[in-house]
Amino acid sequence: MFEKLRLILPCVLLLAAVPAVAQAPSAQAAPDALVRDLTAQVLDAIRADSAIAAGDIGRIQKLVDEKILPYVDFPKMTRLAVGRGWRDATAEQRTALTREFRTLLLRTYSGALAQVKDHQVQMRPFRAQPADTDVLVRSAVVPSRGDPIQLDYRLEKQDAGWKIYDVNVLGVWLVENYKTQFASEISAGGVDGLIKSLTERNKSLAENKKA
Amino acid sequence: MTDRTAWLRRGLRAAAAVAVLALAGGCATLPPNVGQDPRDPWEAVNRNVFVFNEAFDADIMKPLAEHYALLPSFVKDCLSNMFANLRGPSNAVNNALQGKPAEAASDVGRFVVNTTVGLVGCFDVATGMGLEKSDEDFGQTLGVWGVEPGPYLVVPFLGPSNVRDAVGILGVEPFLDLNFYIDNATIEYSVLALRFVNLRAQLLSTEHLIDDAALDRYTFIRDGFLQRRRYLIYDGNPPREIDPEDEDDDDGPPPPAATPTAAAPAAEPGR
Repeated sequence: MFEKLRLILPCVLLLAAVPAVAQAPSAQAAPDALVRDLTAQVLDAIRADSAIAAGDIGRIQKLVDEKILPYVDFPKMTRLAVGRGWRDATAEQRTALTREFRTLLLRTYSGALAQVKDHQVQMRPFRAQPADTDVLVRSAVVPSRGDPIQLDYRLEKQDAGWKIYDVNVLGVWLVENYKTQFASEISAGGVDGLIKSLTERNKSLAENKKA
Repeated sequence: MTDRTAWLRRGLRAAAAVAVLALAGGCATLPPNVGQDPRDPWEAVNRNVFVFNEAFDADIMKPLAEHYALLPSFVKDCLSNMFANLRGPSNAVNNALQGKPAEAASDVGRFVVNTTVGLVGCFDVATGMGLEKSDEDFGQTLGVWGVEPGPYLVVPFLGPSNVRDAVGILGVEPFLDLNFYIDNATIEYSVLALRFVNLRAQLLSTEHLIDDAALDRYTFIRDGFLQRRRYLIYDGNPPREIDPEDEDDDDGPPPPAATPTAAAPAAEPGR
């Protein structure tokens, strides 16, 4: 009896592991499939983890780090949002800008994820040519009550596969919405002024979350 | 009707008084580049009204919304649906004016189904039947007709707008909204007030996202509003605006470290 179990158990474990491996989204896949799998995975993880629903920022950030980060091109996102100022920024300043902007976005995104309960993702028709290297993927998040939330993504095909570099929530592009704020920070205090503002914002957010 | 014009006049006078007060108060801290954005030439005034609106919201609207939020979910859902149903005729008229007869017909169908089967709009039966909810207004219709948005405008009590949308939404939209045709003035204005509270309550769970994300709240909300309106006018498919800055994808190597750090202190004291 136990002999049999010892034989069967690894097989069962292996079988259980296979779908998990198969589910991991591949950056080489079609961009709409990538977004669909990514969102489905994140929503599944939220449903499975009550700590996230309770707003445990640490847990949410771990989820984001593991599932989402590999598919996002933060340097490009930052460069687009900084705009003209990027050209004059030194390598160190660029690294600092990317790091701080990324932290800010992750905190905001984590806050948004904490609101997610029994949401469903609906993919919208995907229109792109196979040769395209820059595409728009459209979706909607449907909450159990209330209106659907439009959620669109811009992806770029890179050597390592597709990467997200902009997100649109309810018609508002994220990068676009930071451009003016970044530009006026830079005109007031230079690139270092912008880095300082971002760093301070992140610091105060971190303190608020702890309190 | 005289009753109504009296209300309107009183409302306008109150709004003017608020604008004057907001200006006289001068409570908003203005950034050095105020008014330089071509989309927002009236930024100095707008920022003052914005500060007033934030205070009005914190003192009055938000506490009301928080009380309203305590209602049982089925009551809130019913009210939200009923209020959305009052927008049905406006959606239909605006879709027709924008040359979208199929959408207009769907709006009429929605309104008929939800008003009857859905018990005066309490239940949104139509969405389940595949009749999607529209989000139209006369400001969007003017946009579809090619009217430019004009300068950005923060309306006292109501918030972000622009000249075109203020004309469309405050000037024309009241006549398309069923609220206007409620015979009893007390009920009419009570329903209107409740609609604002309901709308405000829907934002309670997500508003802190703006606090977290924005470096400058005013700019963040303004730019978001302008993008959102453009998106609505194009019914969710706005053509992509290509910024020439974005095009030079090979952003080149960063300049040597000495240049900007040497230049920065020289530029700093003047600001």
